[in-house]
Amino acid sequence: MPAQYCTFYLDGLLFGVDLKTVQEVVHRHDMTQVPLAPSVISGLINLRGQIVTAIDLRCRLELQSRPQDANVMNVVVRSDDGAISLLVDEIGDVVEVEDSSFELPPETLRGNVRRMILGVHKLNSRLMHVLDTAKACQLTEVAEAAASS
Amino acid sequence: MGDNDIIQDFLAESAENLDRLDRELVGLEKNPGDTAALAGIFRTIHTIKGTCGFLGFSKLESVAHVGENLLTRLRDRQLMLNPEITTALLEMVDAIRQMLDEIRNTGQDGQSDYPKLRETLTRLQSSESSAPALAPAVTPPAVTSPIAARPAPPSEIVTLQSPPPPSATKPAPAKTQAVQARQAATPDSPQSAETKPREGTGETIRVAVNLLDKLMTLVGELVLARNQLLQFSNSVDNAGLHAISQRLDLIASELQEEVMKTRMQPIGNIWMQLPRTVRDVALACNKQVTIEMEGKETELDKTIIEAIKDPLTHLVRNSVDHGIELPEDRMKVGKDAIGRLILRAFHEGGQVNIEISDDGGGLNHERIRQKALERKLITSEQAARMSEREISNLIFMPGFSTAAKVTNVSGRGVGMDVVKTNVEKIGGAVDVQSTPGQGTTVRIKIPLTLAIIPALVVNCRGERYAIPQVNLLELVRLDGDQVHTGIEMVHGVPVHRLRGRLLPLVYLSRELQLEDATASAQPSSVNIVVLQADERQFGLVVDGIGDTEEIVVKPLRKQLKTVKTFAGSSIMGDGKVALILDVLGLAQRASVVSETRDRAVMEKVAESAASAGEKQTFLLFAGLGDSRMAIPLSILDRLEEFPISKIEMSGAQWVTQYRGQILPLIRLSVVLEERRHKLQGLQALPPAGSGPLPVLVLNHEGYAFGLVVDKILDIIEDRAEVKTPPTRACVQYSVVIGERVTELLDIAALVKRNATLVASRALVAKRAARGAN
Repeated sequence: MPAQYCTFYLDGLLFGVDLKTVQEVVHRHDMTQVPLAPSVISGLINLRGQIVTAIDLRCRLELQSRPQDANVMNVVVRSDDGAISLLVDEIGDVVEVEDSSFELPPETLRGNVRRMILGVHKLNSRLMHVLDTAKACQLTEVAEAAASS
Repeated sequence: MGDNDIIQDFLAESAENLDRLDRELVGLEKNPGDTAALAGIFRTIHTIKGTCGFLGFSKLESVAHVGENLLTRLRDRQLMLNPEITTALLEMVDAIRQMLDEIRNTGQDGQSDYPKLRETLTRLQSSESSAPALAPAVTPPAVTSPIAARPAPPSEIVTLQSPPPPSATKPAPAKTQAVQARQAATPDSPQSAETKPREGTGETIRVAVNLLDKLMTLVGELVLARNQLLQFSNSVDNAGLHAISQRLDLIASELQEEVMKTRMQPIGNIWMQLPRTVRDVALACNKQVTIEMEGKETELDKTIIEAIKDPLTHLVRNSVDHGIELPEDRMKVGKDAIGRLILRAFHEGGQVNIEISDDGGGLNHERIRQKALERKLITSEQAARMSEREISNLIFMPGFSTAAKVTNVSGRGVGMDVVKTNVEKIGGAVDVQSTPGQGTTVRIKIPLTLAIIPALVVNCRGERYAIPQVNLLELVRLDGDQVHTGIEMVHGVPVHRLRGRLLPLVYLSRELQLEDATASAQPSSVNIVVLQADERQFGLVVDGIGDTEEIVVKPLRKQLKTVKTFAGSSIMGDGKVALILDVLGLAQRASVVSETRDRAVMEKVAESAASAGEKQTFLLFAGLGDSRMAIPLSILDRLEEFPISKIEMSGAQWVTQYRGQILPLIRLSVVLEERRHKLQGLQALPPAGSGPLPVLVLNHEGYAFGLVVDKILDIIEDRAEVKTPPTRACVQYSVVIGERVTELLDIAALVKRNATLVASRALVAKRAARGAN
């Protein structure tokens, strides 16, 4: 069964999320910082009257943090708890992939990140990491860590 | 609300519940271990049964009752679910649905009382679950088409076809009202409908709440777009554009207001049904109960109103059934034979509180403890350690009921746990407090999700924060030298002397960890927002103070729930998001609110110290000539300046319009000066050219008035120890304040003297008028 993914780039890596979970992609918004919140949370944006929490995906995936003046895009995904915006570097194409190109992440990928990456699709030129949006948006353990610290 | 309305509500609600029940039952069959689903089904049937009991649909009630008994055994794991039971339960659902249709069409619950179905349900109760070998001998009673053949998640169409009405299709229950309304409209020609408007109660339609949500969101967007348009049109010189954008401005504001109103409802709407409930329950248990309501007009968001409706009904029923004693028992302990039930709703600390109090026997803590042990809800070790309050709150655990016998009204162990689950679902909390012999109070605290609250907007390090007005006491601004002198340190902790008391200061930037390099620069002024949290006052130092605005509170997502400093977020006029401070959370973070300190005692000590000639704060102003006069700052309400144009005459008295009231103005110079102005000066308005008048707004024993002085000099703290007797009227004594002799004004004497002057002036005017005639 072919599946469609919305792709984006983070620190040079190609990621994809299930197209069906993506509500929209928007440019940089005015961001309201949330003091004392876990650092993964970039802030709150007003998406046409809806207040949406923005998650810094680089930080969430333990990648190098973005340079100050770098461009940011909001990939707004639907979650059980309403819409959530994922901050990414750059938006890519919508790709259609077959199940056959999928492979689980290698055993050598460990730590928190492993839980958020379902696997990779082997595209012609590069690998597309499949992000588990639900897990990425679930910040309970991050929040608890922040609260206890 | 009439009976008919209650029935309509009941029908609409039950139709929704039954649809869900179909799904849940089928789901449960696949996964019989799902106790939560079972509890949900049980509650639905319980609610239907309870409601139709009140409405007098005895046949429907009897069917639901046997079903409920069966479900009780399932819930208590005395029976295991098998296909036979599921089929019977589904049949029961269909029977109920059919009876509801009957009620809708005829107002009666039909002819049949479904003896076969009841028999089956009763038989299943006693049958051994472990022996499903019993042939599925269920003869589908004369209800519907074979239910066992239903598709797993029954689609709406199935529901529509299952009752056997002669017509081919029947509208879905939820749609019925709309359809009926349309049908009712068709016979009338459009003209006649116009000439003959519908009489009686205002017509209503049911609208999906999420549609209202969407509307609200869109209106919010519209308002933002309008703001941008207004800004743009102001920068362009185009009269046509101006006119259009202003019209749009008005319409958008009004639209916003109206759409917001659609979501808000006074709690009185759901309270209206309660007197009836109380009456019926009281009658059923031979009790006499009156119900009182306070705060009916407290507005709540529609979704919250809906969510607390059932819990509230349960609580009220419980109070009557268990709380209030029988009249003869009440007489024995010296209470009025008629029990009292009080419902109270009010806003507090950014939350809505709802209290249900009765003056009944209170909770029997010992019995609750025993029952909880018996049901293995707690261990004996836990039981020994629990406080009375913790014991009281055990009644909210699932499966808990101390009622000796299961009545129709309550005592099945649902109810209290439903209350708790429903309230917690909307982010609220339930608490019960009880005094044996005196009564029980159940308090529900609900957050003001989506409620609209007035809030003060403050700035801190470039971001805006909203502070709910309920927590706000006053604003203090320190300028010039006061920036340094106004803030003192208690072992490194900043405090400010506010009218003789130490106010602990909390820096918002520090609490939010927003400290940065720019903060080290000395500010030219300090803004203190005096807040109240949990009976304790503290000053919040912010960078800037903005306007008071009505804001729409939006709850924070669960990712941010752990940040206790914020109560929610809101979209400001310019479209940016601002966070709403949780004053209590902030106070706790800053350790302003601590459990250990006995505040009441501390404050009493502080108070008596102040009265015993410690430093007092005085407001100094110019008296007659070169003299200085003073009043204690504590009796001052406000300082104002009124322009001359705002001063009006009322009889012989100067007055001004102030905060929607007429404020009498007493002129210090007139009252004090012995004779000179006494009559002439009193009547004339001040010359038009002079500057604004400095006025001290005071309140003497409930009489608010403005004292017009020549000049306000200073606010000074002093011990005021050297005192001498007064040298003239209206002066308490002369005292040395700030190394100068100052007369302390006697406000009581001043008010009295002014009254005499005004009266004598009126007399003079009367005589003059008589003379002219």
